[in-house]
Amino acid sequence: MASNETHPKIDPNGQPDSQLTEDTIMTVDKLGMKFGQKTVFQGLTFTLKRGEFLSVLGENGIGKTTLIRILLQQLRPTAGEVSFLPSRSQVTIGYVPQFRNVDTEYPLTVKDFVGLALHDHLTPWWSKHEKQRLNQVLHETDLTRIAHTPLGRVSGGELQKAYLAQALIRQPQLLILDESTASLDNNMKFELLDLVKQYQQQTQAAVIFVTHDLPLTKKYSTNFLLMQPGPYQLGTIDQLNETVLEAAHA
Amino acid sequence: MLNYPFMQNAFAAGTLIAIVSGIVGVFVVARNMSFLTHTLSEIGFAGAAFGLFVGWTPLAGMLLFTSVSSVAVGQLSSKASRREAAITSISALAIGLGILFLSLSNQNASSATNILFGSVIGISRTSVVQVAMLALAVIVVIMAVYRSLKFDSFDAVGARVAGIHGTTLAIIFLVALAFSVSVAAQIVGSLLIFILLTLPASAAKYFAHGVGSMIGLAILFALIGVWLGLALSYWTNWPVSFFIAVIEVLFYFIGLIFNRFTARN
Repeated sequence: MASNETHPKIDPNGQPDSQLTEDTIMTVDKLGMKFGQKTVFQGLTFTLKRGEFLSVLGENGIGKTTLIRILLQQLRPTAGEVSFLPSRSQVTIGYVPQFRNVDTEYPLTVKDFVGLALHDHLTPWWSKHEKQRLNQVLHETDLTRIAHTPLGRVSGGELQKAYLAQALIRQPQLLILDESTASLDNNMKFELLDLVKQYQQQTQAAVIFVTHDLPLTKKYSTNFLLMQPGPYQLGTIDQLNETVLEAAHA
Repeated sequence: MLNYPFMQNAFAAGTLIAIVSGIVGVFVVARNMSFLTHTLSEIGFAGAAFGLFVGWTPLAGMLLFTSVSSVAVGQLSSKASRREAAITSISALAIGLGILFLSLSNQNASSATNILFGSVIGISRTSVVQVAMLALAVIVVIMAVYRSLKFDSFDAVGARVAGIHGTTLAIIFLVALAFSVSVAAQIVGSLLIFILLTLPASAAKYFAHGVGSMIGLAILFALIGVWLGLALSYWTNWPVSFFIAVIEVLFYFIGLIFNRFTARN
């Protein structure tokens, strides 16, 4: 995605941003997806730079989650490609979904759930360094107080914070939030995104935020991608106005 | 009681079975595979009957059948919408085959009873060695993939994003589970294997909230059930699997009550 200087206008035709810089972390080039005869989207092209906060907007069923699944390499696109810079293996991705299989009887504590993501070592127990990292991320996400509470017994907001903490523990360069605030009350939405913003400022990570929530988009995003039938729209957040949104719903 | 070699063998094998069941059981419960485990035990029955039919040991037949079928059953039941029907049909086929092989092998009713419900007297020194080797193999495999298995079992969505290959891990676990089923059948019999592979772990999750502590507690519950079950069976001459079943069900209900109490507070 281009910065304000390099992408001054809304791009209604999906033209590729050819200005790759050393800050670029991901490029999406002429991406298309079909399920059978149904085209979900096509010709999607944009770049994402470190420190960017890209909100992905659009109606339900327009293909936002499909796009995320392609970025996470859970789906293979039918056209185009996604590239990570310098390479996929060198870009750590953190993902915060809206839902997970966590019910009221889910047994693990918040701390143990967050620590699941520390899966690289062979030893069954955590190393001293891993314990420090775990305590640090719990502190940063304001979860220390409930670290030993079973995850099945925490509130919806705390649950999302635990998902976020698990995504952050591996210090991702790209953080993807898939409607993570959808089921939260207003205060908790802002609290969660304040934590994301704080992490982003510390690390210059790029963030992709799939949402329907315009106030949140306007407050936290640097850029937006509006998916809609026909050409999609890309732009900086100050270009997201009523005209653009009305056109999307027309 | 422990002066008799058959009781020494039973306690040795029972201890190993309880340890393996405690470890594997925590993952069985986390992966919602209790019903699948029950099916594997019925496949184990068919395998044991097949073993008798062809002149092998029942354990060899069980290992063959459960290992080969575990992956197929796991794949068939991967879709939630058809899980129950797929597993039920395989259960039916396995029980039918087991009855057929028993009938063809001209074995008497006590062979069938031993396979289905277990037997304390039937455990020889050789059986203990076999159980020890299989138990060790299962523990080594689980420890080798412990962190990934833990992640995938308790948070499959997160594990996928972190790049853990779920299918490979599922196959490794299913084979380890097949081995565990064959091991556990030596004491409790093929029909009641799921007692040890699911109930201690299901009870443990109400008292412990880390994977390591759940495994520890599940092993403890399984050990108490097996040891007490063997002792009570020796004193009363009632079947050991009955006592193990009652003890493990008790642990589970105490867990449920404890959970209700703590959730309210």
